[in-house]
Amino acid sequence: MSSNSEKPDADETPKVNVPSTAKKSELPMFEKSISDKIVEKFGDKVEVTFVKEDRVGIKSGKENIHDVAEFIRDALHYDHVESVSGVDYPQNKEIEVVYHIGSYSDSSLARQILVLSTSAQREENPIPGNDATRLPTLRDIFYSVEFHEREVFEMFGVYFEGHPDNRRLLLPEDWADLPPLRKDFAIKGR
Amino acid sequence: MTEQLPPGLALQKVDERIMTLNVGPQHPGSGHMRIIVQIDGDYIVACDPDPGYVHRGEEKMAEYRNYITNIPHLERPVIHDSCNVLYPYVLGVEELVGIEVPERAKYVRVIASELNRCIYTMYWLAIYGIFLGHSTMFMWPAGDRELLIDLMEKMSGARVTHAHFVPGGVRNDLPPNFEDVCLRQVNYFEKRIKEYSAVFYDNPILIARTKDTGILSREDAIRLGTTGSVLRASGVDYDLRKKEPYDVYEELDVHTNVMKEGDSYARSKIPWLDMLESCNIIRQALQKMPKSGSVRTKLKPNPKGKGLNSVYKRVESGRGSLGCYIVSDGKTEPYRLKLSVGSFRNLIALPYLLKGEKLGNMPSVYWSLNYWPVEADR
Amino acid sequence: MTPENANVFVGKLGDILERAIDKPLGYAINWGRIWSLWPVHIETACCSVEFGAASSPRYDVERFGIIEAFGSLRQCDLVVVQGTITRKMAPRLRLVYDQMPEPKYVIAMGACAITGGLYFDSYNVLPGIDGVIPVDVYVPGCPPRPETLIQGCMLLQEKIKRMKARKFV
Repeated sequence: MSSNSEKPDADETPKVNVPSTAKKSELPMFEKSISDKIVEKFGDKVEVTFVKEDRVGIKSGKENIHDVAEFIRDALHYDHVESVSGVDYPQNKEIEVVYHIGSYSDSSLARQILVLSTSAQREENPIPGNDATRLPTLRDIFYSVEFHEREVFEMFGVYFEGHPDNRRLLLPEDWADLPPLRKDFAIKGR
Repeated sequence: MTEQLPPGLALQKVDERIMTLNVGPQHPGSGHMRIIVQIDGDYIVACDPDPGYVHRGEEKMAEYRNYITNIPHLERPVIHDSCNVLYPYVLGVEELVGIEVPERAKYVRVIASELNRCIYTMYWLAIYGIFLGHSTMFMWPAGDRELLIDLMEKMSGARVTHAHFVPGGVRNDLPPNFEDVCLRQVNYFEKRIKEYSAVFYDNPILIARTKDTGILSREDAIRLGTTGSVLRASGVDYDLRKKEPYDVYEELDVHTNVMKEGDSYARSKIPWLDMLESCNIIRQALQKMPKSGSVRTKLKPNPKGKGLNSVYKRVESGRGSLGCYIVSDGKTEPYRLKLSVGSFRNLIALPYLLKGEKLGNMPSVYWSLNYWPVEADR
Repeated sequence: MTPENANVFVGKLGDILERAIDKPLGYAINWGRIWSLWPVHIETACCSVEFGAASSPRYDVERFGIIEAFGSLRQCDLVVVQGTITRKMAPRLRLVYDQMPEPKYVIAMGACAITGGLYFDSYNVLPGIDGVIPVDVYVPGCPPRPETLIQGCMLLQEKIKRMKARKFV
C-alpha cells in the first residue's frame, strides 16, 4: 500500500540502504560464526541457547563464566556490558544472571548483542551475602558491570565474589525483607 | 558484613583534611539523588553516587500486569520521553507475540519518538541552564518545548504521558491536517534552537565553566560502557538509529553527531546537535509517510508470549541506548522484564569524572551526563 | 499586685491584644504570605517535569505569587511534593519539612503523592504522603497539567486567606 510513495525516495538514499540490506542477508551466518568460535574453544562447557538475528545466546556454568567472558573480550572484541539481569527460577532452584554484551570498537559487531548467561544456586531462605547464592564477578573483565552487579545483588541476593563494592544501591538503607525481585517476594495484594 | 554498609558509611575515613559532603536529595544541583563527595579544599577526592530515591519497583510490578496494562506504568520513568521509553518494550512484545506493524504506524512512531527526543532534550537543556545559573537558558527551552508538546498533545491527547505506542502500532491515527502543522512547528522550532548557540554555546561563561572539565577519553567511554551523547561526545560514532535501525530508520538519512573532546562542553552540545538532526528526520518521515492506511494491527485480547522465550530489544532514546529484556513463559504476563536504561549506564562515569574536579564544577559535570534520576532508579 | 497576679494579668493582656489585632493585622500578614510563597527545591519523582513547566514562560506561575524553587529551605514556606514518595525518600521529606520555619504549607501534587497512584502495589512506594507530613491541598492528575498545579496553588492562597494569622504571630 505504501510502495508507491516510497520508491522514488529509495533512490535518494542508497548509502543508507545498501550496507544494511547487505548485512542482513549474511547475518544468520555471521552469528553462527560467533557461536561456533566459542563452542570451538570451550567445547561442551558452554551451551548455545539460541542464534537469532543480531542476538547470540551462550550459557555457561559458573565455573567457566570468567574464562568465557575473558575469551569474549579478548578474542571476539566485545567491550562493554549493556545490562545485567537476574531471572529467578524457583522450580529449577537457580537464579539465572544474564549479561547483555555489546561492542563499540568493532564496527562489524555494532548490531550484535551476545547474551551470556550463567546460573547461581538458589536458597530457600536467603541471607544475602552469606549463603551459597554466589557467582564470580566479571568486573575485572568488563568494568561496566559494576553498578549492574550491585543492583543484581540487592534485587536477587546474588553475591558477586571479588566485586570491590558489594553495597546496596537502589533499595532503602533499612531494607530487611527478601530481595524484592525473587519470585517468592509478593507485592501488596497480589 | 562490612560490605553491606549503607552508601556513604563505607567511604568515610578519619582524615582531618578530607570533608564529606552530602549533595542532595534536597539540593538545587542534584535532582532526585544524593551524591556523596569527599573534598580536600575545593577539590573532589572521591565521589559515591547514591541513587534509588525514586526506585518504584517497575520491574516487579510488570510481572503482575499483562502486556497491555504494563504500558502506562512503563512510560513513567521518563514521562517527557515516554514514546522512546516504551519503544523497546513495544518492539519486544511484537516479536514475542508475533504481530506485524502497518507501514504508516512505523512512520508515526518515528515522528513521535523524534518529537519526544526533542521534548526531553529541551527539558534537559533547561535544567542545565539552572544548574549553571543561566536563567535565560531555563526560560527559552522551557518555553519552546511547549510547541512540540502541543504537537504531541494533538497526536495522542496527553501533554507528556502519551501511552501512544501499543504492540501492533500506535493508538490513534494522526489528526487531520497534522502533517502541515507539524512541518510548520518543526521548522519554527529549528529556527529557534539555532539561536541558542548565540546565547548559550558561544557564551564565554559557559565555555569557561565547561571546557576541559570532566574529560572522558575514548577508551574510558568504551570501557565504562557509557552510551548516547556521553559516548558520542568522546568520539565513538555509535547511534542505534544508524547501527541497528529499527522500524523505518533504515529508509531515513540519519546523520550522527560526534565530537572528540569528551569534556562537559561537548557532552552538552551533542544533544543540541541531535535536536537539529531530529528536525531533519521528522521532515523526511513526514515526506515519506504513506498518506493513508491503517496505523494499528489489533491484538487479540490478553496476548501471550510463545513458550519460554526471551527477547532483548533496544532503541536510541534521548539518553542513549535503551534496552528492554523480556522473558516470557507463555502466560499473559511477562515472566521477567528488565529495562536497561541509558541513565543507569552513564552513572558509572560520574565518580570517575568527578575525581580531581572542583566542587563548583560538580553540577555541570553531573548534568552533562544526560542523566535522568527517575529513569535510572526505575 | 502580687507577682503571680501580674503574670496572669500579662498573659490575659497578651490574649486580648492578639484578639484585638488579629482581624486587621492578620489580614495584612496573610496578604503578605499569599503573594510570597517560596517552594522548596525538592524533586521527588516525575511530576517535577510539570512543575518545571509551570514556571516556564507559557504558564508562568510567578504571576500568582509563587516564586520559582531556588534557594535554601530555611527561607521556604511551601513544599510541593512532586509525585511518588518512596520508602527511601520519606525520611528525607520529613527532615526537609521539619527544618522549615513556621508557617509552612504542603501541596501534594499528582496521584502518587495522594494515594500511591499507579504504584499502589509497589513494594517501595508509600500509599500517599499523609502519613509523613500534613497536606493542605491535593492536586490530582498523573501528572497534573501545569494549569491544575496553578489552580492548586490558588486554592492554597484562598485557604491561607481564611487562616487565622494569630496562631503563628
